[in-house]
Amino acid sequence: MTSNGSSNGVQQGGETATWTVKAGLAQMLKGGVIMDVVTTEHARIAQEAGAVAVMALERVPSDIRAAGGVARMSRVDLIEEIQAAVTIPVMAKARIGHFVEAQVLEAIGVDYIDESEVLTMADDNHHILKHNFKVPFVCGCRDLGEALRRIAEGAAMIRTKGEAGTGDIVEAVRHMRALWGGIRHVQNAPDEELPAIAKNLQSPLALVQEVKRLGRLPVVNFSAGGIATPADAALMMQLGADGVFVGSGIFKSGEGLPEQKQVEAQLKMATAIVKAVTHFNDPAAIADASRGLGDAMRGQSVAQMPVAEQLAGRGN
Amino acid sequence: MANGSTRPVIGVLALQGDFREHEVALAACDVPSIEVRTLAQLDAVDGLIIPGGESTTIARLLLAFELMDPLRERIRAGLPVWGTCAGAILLAKEVSDLDRSPIGVMDIRVERNAFGRQIDSFEADLKVAGVDGPPVHAVFIRAPVIRDAGPGVDVLATLADGRIVAARQGRLLATAFHPELTGDRRLHELFVAIVADAIRTEAA
Repeated sequence: MTSNGSSNGVQQGGETATWTVKAGLAQMLKGGVIMDVVTTEHARIAQEAGAVAVMALERVPSDIRAAGGVARMSRVDLIEEIQAAVTIPVMAKARIGHFVEAQVLEAIGVDYIDESEVLTMADDNHHILKHNFKVPFVCGCRDLGEALRRIAEGAAMIRTKGEAGTGDIVEAVRHMRALWGGIRHVQNAPDEELPAIAKNLQSPLALVQEVKRLGRLPVVNFSAGGIATPADAALMMQLGADGVFVGSGIFKSGEGLPEQKQVEAQLKMATAIVKAVTHFNDPAAIADASRGLGDAMRGQSVAQMPVAEQLAGRGN
Repeated sequence: MANGSTRPVIGVLALQGDFREHEVALAACDVPSIEVRTLAQLDAVDGLIIPGGESTTIARLLLAFELMDPLRERIRAGLPVWGTCAGAILLAKEVSDLDRSPIGVMDIRVERNAFGRQIDSFEADLKVAGVDGPPVHAVFIRAPVIRDAGPGVDVLATLADGRIVAARQGRLLATAFHPELTGDRRLHELFVAIVADAIRTEAA
């Protein structure tokens, strides 16, 4: 887990696992859709639809909710089967604070680790010290302070959390607006107020200063948690996301159809969301992408959920 | 000139990937750029950069938005194009492990993900032919390599083991790495010079 690894046998006198290559992969994913998949067939459908990466899971978030119990890192065999099935990057989730799950995911060569609130927390006080790893991490946030704390721990990519597995976009919108609101506040503040802002955000001053200089987060930021339609995806892009994660929204669509019809409906939904993300500023193109789709996932309104069932509060 | 003005306009293919970083780099070279997502936008440019991203995704979107054939035709008619990483893959006539046909205009054979997975991504200093001064600091992210280059192709840079990571064939430029992720603008300046030269040649 050192950062100057030369163990891979393809070293070219260069340096691996630098911040530039960790944050750089996220740059390459921008304008793209990362899809949750639970089987190799899903993974192939996702790649066929134009996903920029897949998230290898045992269950999509809405099924994690339904199953209850403890949600952990996916089985190693499943992740490896999915790695073998596609050529696009494969991500996988580790529990918050579970650095050994992360070590295992690094050992099997996943391309990105999502330290995720969708899984049950392993440590309710500490996140993984992500700078210790060669593999890059993405972490969730609900506002600027949470984003900067994760970046300080080494996250090379951020996603706003939303509320996973609901198909309800309201939390994704809330978190994206909160994040950009925080960024605008920092941008408009005079330099002498930044230390107090950093204190309020419980974030390092240097990162707050960098946000002011850049006018955005210093890493790529995707939107997650509730995207179920092409219009949802374009909404999050117009609100300032660099790309989107879609979980249950694809492989929970077309439910109730016969199996082959459902696969077709899922491929259509996935393709449509990819197109809507590329042309997020073009309503005619979003309308085009939305034509001929079956039913989106049924979903669950977050406003009617008990707070204890909401995942976004895990990890802060 | 496509836009009728006296300055070249360089397009950045903006279907997916790090197109914004190329726009920033072009602005630093004082060259106007536009994002290309439609045929009308493609028609308006004097040169095109195909950015880093996922080559499978960009290939599908070129087909889905009916840009693949028009782009291929414009390149054959002389449009200067620079592909970085995914862009270099798409320019190649032959690509290993890509499940769509690439644009296929440059006489190179490219291997995708030639270094392995993300943990094998790396940075290295390279001597690039045609770029004066200190070595170019090159960022390789799940990068391809150019396995073979045809007789009309100039090899511009190789790694220590001899594998080709930058090449030029006339007005086509391919780099396996990402100059747009560093502050070094020399490769962007090289491409701008290729575009300017193409405009002068067409006008003559």
